[in-house]
Amino acid sequence: MLIYVLKRIGLGIVIVVLAVSLLFLMIHMVPGDPARILLGPRATPEMIAHLSLKMGLDQPLFVQILKFFGNLLRGDLGMDVITNRPVAEIVFGQLPYTLWLIFTAITGAMIIGIPLGCYSALHRNSILDRITGIISVACITAPAFVVALYSLLIFAVWLRWFPAIGAGERGQFWDQVAHLVMPAFAIGLAWVGYLARLVRSSMLEVLGDNHIRTARAYGLPESTVVYRYALKLAVLPTVTVIGVGMGFLLSAALFTEIVFARPGIGKLIFDSITTRNYPVVMGSVLVSTIMFVISTTLSDLINAWLDPRIRAAL
Amino acid sequence: MKDVIRRVAADPLGLMGLCLVTLMVVSAVLAALIAPYDPIALNIMDRLQGPSWSHFLGTDQLGRDLFSRVLYGGQVALKVALVSTGVSLVIGTVLGMIAGFGPRWFDNVIMLFFDTIRSFPTVMFALATVALVGPSLSTVIIVIIVTQIPTYGRVVRTQTLTIKSSEFIKAEIVMGASTFRILTVHILPNVVGPLLILASMDIPTVIALEAGLSFLGMGVKPPTPSWGSILNDGYTLIRITPWPIIAGSIPLVLVTLGFTFLGESLRDQLDPKLRKSL
Repeated sequence: MLIYVLKRIGLGIVIVVLAVSLLFLMIHMVPGDPARILLGPRATPEMIAHLSLKMGLDQPLFVQILKFFGNLLRGDLGMDVITNRPVAEIVFGQLPYTLWLIFTAITGAMIIGIPLGCYSALHRNSILDRITGIISVACITAPAFVVALYSLLIFAVWLRWFPAIGAGERGQFWDQVAHLVMPAFAIGLAWVGYLARLVRSSMLEVLGDNHIRTARAYGLPESTVVYRYALKLAVLPTVTVIGVGMGFLLSAALFTEIVFARPGIGKLIFDSITTRNYPVVMGSVLVSTIMFVISTTLSDLINAWLDPRIRAAL
Repeated sequence: MKDVIRRVAADPLGLMGLCLVTLMVVSAVLAALIAPYDPIALNIMDRLQGPSWSHFLGTDQLGRDLFSRVLYGGQVALKVALVSTGVSLVIGTVLGMIAGFGPRWFDNVIMLFFDTIRSFPTVMFALATVALVGPSLSTVIIVIIVTQIPTYGRVVRTQTLTIKSSEFIKAEIVMGASTFRILTVHILPNVVGPLLILASMDIPTVIALEAGLSFLGMGVKPPTPSWGSILNDGYTLIRITPWPIIAGSIPLVLVTLGFTFLGESLRDQLDPKLRKSL
């Protein structure tokens, strides 16, 4: 297991290095002066000259990449060209909003999706199972921004049940919760369908296993067999799926934050693009990518811990 | 193939998917004939109208007929779906077959490339690219192609690795068959089935991504109609009229639903094992 853990973490680091290099090269591959591109239209010749010197644009590309990584390791993601604040400070200031939103959405989806999938598996091919199946697919296919728009239209504009924009007043817990409901619903709805289907299929698989048959043969009550033995195993894939699905969650959070004008890393990227604040765009994308790689690595490690066959595959 | 279509049509969900997809393709292709108005023609006098016999889905803030814009928007969605899925399918297949059949080091390099591309959250990668090169439909298509290649490449590689170790391929190699012949005559036909299922299930994601980027103003440029840009208009007018949101979302949801049902039905028909378990 230790060798697998080291190998997988090593692979994760290589992927982060390659991804960061790719982002770095993208800036350099675009026609024009990278310093001018990064600084945008507001740049004065002095600013361009200063950034060119700081980025070491007169040095070979390889040296520039090394320097970039050196800064990255020190937590230096560059400077915001509009407010002149460190990009890292801005990005990490917004990140908790996004993480909180994703956490709420996925927790809500688990609370609804897992029992739904469990019920479908236990009442296979019943009318309710079929209805759940169709609703699950419908939930999965509805893009997050469409769900967000409808939530905004129905619950904020028409019914006025929830506030439409923002994240709520700082320090006012219930106000923040009220502002969180609709964005979390918009992200979580697709996951309700997805988790319901996932739990249903893994539950059906587990229910056919020998140890469940043995438990039944011992005369254990059906509720004990299902909830104590089968469900425990059937929900395990959801942990790994959520890890791999972090990319989708981040993308959905981006749309949702924009629709609800809610602070977060997605809104930061969008606002920075519209103001051509490229260092903030690149810094935010970089942090999101690193977060995504960490979550997929973690989910792979959990998977390998649960299933020894996976360890041999790397 | 005929048999597969017949079996998909016999499955209620498959039939529904097939009908929705056919409806989308036909309405997009025949948009010029069906659309009652020019999708970009302004008619300020008729602006912000609800559905009526003269405007089935109402009009937007510039008086443009939303039904006509939805029909023409289907062309954009169809174009993006076909071009980006087609190109990424071809490149992914070639790279996947080479990775699976070629030397181990080459396999490792390609897999690392796939993993690197997949390490970016798609929408954020798309936005970073758009931020650098500017918004356009071509940029959206290129970004989708790049991010979809690993999906197909990985499936083809796994299939190739499985087939590569089978007896008949070993026999072909002993008989002196060229690598090109083995790949095109023996391996390719065996990977087409799973690829088609994967492609039909990926198309909704591609269409939603294009709509999402256009919704953010990072895709199709105005005044060209796209479902995403109609939704963007709806977002700005949300307190005044719900119709642009309804008009833009209905085709988007129906098409993604159609392709998903079709893909799931295809998978169930082609893989009876899955059918049993799901």
